[in-house]
Amino acid sequence: MLSPPPLRAAGFSNGVDMGFILVYLRSLFTIVKNEVLVLPSRVVVVLFFLLLLLLPVFTKDPYLLRIFTLTSIFAILAASWDLLSGFTGQMNFGHALFFGVGAYGAALLNRHANIPPWGTIPLGALGAVLAGLIVGIPCLRLRGTYLALTTLAFPIILMGLVFAFPDLTGGELGISGISRLARSRVADYYISVVLMLCLCTIMWKITDSNTGIIFHAIREDELAVRASGINTTRYKLLAFCLSGFFAGISGGLYAHFMKIAGPSTLEVPMSFQVVIWAIFGGVVTIYGPVGAVFVLFPLLELLRFWQEYRTLMFAGVLLLILLYMPDGLFPWLRDKIEKVCPRCKIRNVAMRDTCRVCRAPLE
Amino acid sequence: MALVIDIIISGLISGSVYALLAIGFSLIFGVARIVNIAHTAFYMVAAYCIYFVTHKVNLHPAWGMVAAVILVTFLGIISYRIFINPIREHEGAVLIATIALAMAFQEMMVLKFTGTYLSVPSLVKGYFVILGVKVFYQQLLTFFVALLVLAALWVVLIGTKLGLAIRSTAQDREVASLMGINEARVAMMTMGISVGLAALTGAVVVPLTILEPHMWLHPLIMMMAVVVLGGLGSLKGSFMGAYILGFAEALVVFLAPMGSFLKGSVALSIMVLVLLIRPEGLFGVSFEEER
Repeated sequence: MLSPPPLRAAGFSNGVDMGFILVYLRSLFTIVKNEVLVLPSRVVVVLFFLLLLLLPVFTKDPYLLRIFTLTSIFAILAASWDLLSGFTGQMNFGHALFFGVGAYGAALLNRHANIPPWGTIPLGALGAVLAGLIVGIPCLRLRGTYLALTTLAFPIILMGLVFAFPDLTGGELGISGISRLARSRVADYYISVVLMLCLCTIMWKITDSNTGIIFHAIREDELAVRASGINTTRYKLLAFCLSGFFAGISGGLYAHFMKIAGPSTLEVPMSFQVVIWAIFGGVVTIYGPVGAVFVLFPLLELLRFWQEYRTLMFAGVLLLILLYMPDGLFPWLRDKIEKVCPRCKIRNVAMRDTCRVCRAPLE
Repeated sequence: MALVIDIIISGLISGSVYALLAIGFSLIFGVARIVNIAHTAFYMVAAYCIYFVTHKVNLHPAWGMVAAVILVTFLGIISYRIFINPIREHEGAVLIATIALAMAFQEMMVLKFTGTYLSVPSLVKGYFVILGVKVFYQQLLTFFVALLVLAALWVVLIGTKLGLAIRSTAQDREVASLMGINEARVAMMTMGISVGLAALTGAVVVPLTILEPHMWLHPLIMMMAVVVLGGLGSLKGSFMGAYILGFAEALVVFLAPMGSFLKGSVALSIMVLVLLIRPEGLFGVSFEEER
C-alpha cells in the first residue's frame, strides 16, 4: 500500500538538510493524500495506529491501560489464528496450545533460569514453534472438520501433563512470581502495543507475499496447488510454525504481564475465544480478528457492571451480530463504505460514481 | 478382581454415554454439516431440567426425565430455527453461533441454579454385589437404556422413511434434494433427534454424576474424540470409538497414579495415535477430495 518515498538528489545538492527533510515531508504528504485519504478503511487504520500510540499521553488510568495491554496481547493471538486457519484453511480448535506453550515456556525459563522477559518471550515462542511442528505433522493428512476436532485435543493433552507434574508446572495454581514485563504500566502498554502493531503488520505482509498467496491457494483448492508442483505439506507445516511463533509471543507477553502462567491458558474456552474473535471479525483478513479483539474484549470489560449477566449478554450480542453479518463484522463494514471497481478491481469510496483509477462507472 | 469389575462397569457406562452423544453429534453433522458445539450443552440443560422437576416441583424423577427430553428437544429445534438455520451457508459463523449458544446456556444455568455442585436422586434405589463390588441398579439402568435407545435409533434409521431420508441426505445433499426430499425439513428433524438424544443421555446419566454449569466441557471433548476416532459420519465407528475411549478412561482412572487428571490426555492421545495410522478414523470411509 505505502511505498517508501522516492529520495531525490535535489535535497543534497543544496548541502542543507532542511531541503531534504522538506522533500521527504512533501512526498510523505503526497502519499498520505493519494494513497491513504482516498479510502476510508486506510484512514481508519492510520487513526487506529495513532490513537493506540498516543493513548497514554491523554490518560494514565492504570485500569484502562491494563485493558488495552491485554487487548493488544490477544490481538496478536487472534491474528495468528487467522494466519493459520483463515488463510491456510487449517481449522485449528486448539490454538490455546501455542498460547499455553508460549506462556509456560516463558514462565519456566524466567523462574528456573532467571532469563529476563526479552529473552524468555522469544524462547517461549520457539517452544510454541516446536509445538506447531508436533501438532502439524499428525494433522497434515486431516482436513476440515476432522482437523478441527483433532486439534482440540492437543491443549487438553498438555493440560493433563501440567496437572500430572505439579512439581515443575505448579499444577492447578500455575507458575507465579515471574518477573514483570517492564517497570511501569505505561512501559508495559507500549511494549505490548508496539509489538502488536509490528507483528500484525508482519503477518499482514506475510499474507501479501508469495508464501501468503500459496497459503490462500491451499485454502481454496489444495489439489490444484499440489498439481501446480507446490509442496503443500511444507507450506502447511510452515503455516503451523509461523502461527505458533506469533501465538507463542502473545503467550509469553501474557505470562509476563499477568506475572503468572496457569492452566487457564490451555483451557478449551481459551481456544474457543480465539475462534470467536477471529470469525467474528472476519477471517482471511488479519485486520478483522485484530479489530474484533479491540471491539469484543473491551466490550466484555464494559459489561462487568452487570457481572452475572456478562457472559450471557456477550453470547447474545455474538448471536445477534452473526445473524446479520455471517461473514464477520469488518468485511461487512468495509463493503458498506467501499466498492470494488468492476473493471480494474481497485477499491473506491462507496460515494463515488466512477472508479478513481480507470473511470469505469461503479454500480 | 474387584478392580477389573470396577473398570468394566465404569468403562461400559462412560462408553454408552459417549456413544449416545457421539451418534447424535454425527447425525446432525452428516445431514446438515453443522459442527454443533452446543450438543453437550443440551445434555447439561436436560440434567438441570431433571433437577428442577425433582427438587423444585417435587415430582418423581421419571417425570423429570420425560419433561427434560421434550423441553430440550423443543429448545434445540427453536434455537436451530432462530440462530443456526439463517446462517447455515457460512460454516464459520455456524461454528461460533453454536459456541455462543453453549455459553448462553451455561450462563443461564449459572443464573438460575448458581455454580454450586448439585445432585439428583437415582431413579431406582439399591444395589447388588458381585465379587465384592457394589453395582448400583441405576448404573445397570443407565447402561440398558443407552443400549435400548441405540437399538431404537438403528431401527428408525434403517427401517423408516425418515431414516432413509436422513441417510440419503447425509450421503449427498443435492441428489437427495433432486429425489424430492425436503432437505430443510430433514435437517430440522435430524436436529430434533440429535438434541433429543443429547437430552436423553443427560436424563439417564444425571443420577450418576454431579451437576455443575461446566459439566458440558469434558463430555464435549470426549464426544468429539469419539467421533474422530470412529470416523466422521460412521455410526458404527462412533459406537466402537465410544467404548474404546470409555474403557481407556476407566483404565487410566483406576490404574494410573494421578489418573483422574490424566484420563482426558490418555484418551485423546489414543485418538491422535489412531489418526496417525488411519487418518479417516477406524470405520470412516476416505471420501474423494471435496472440491
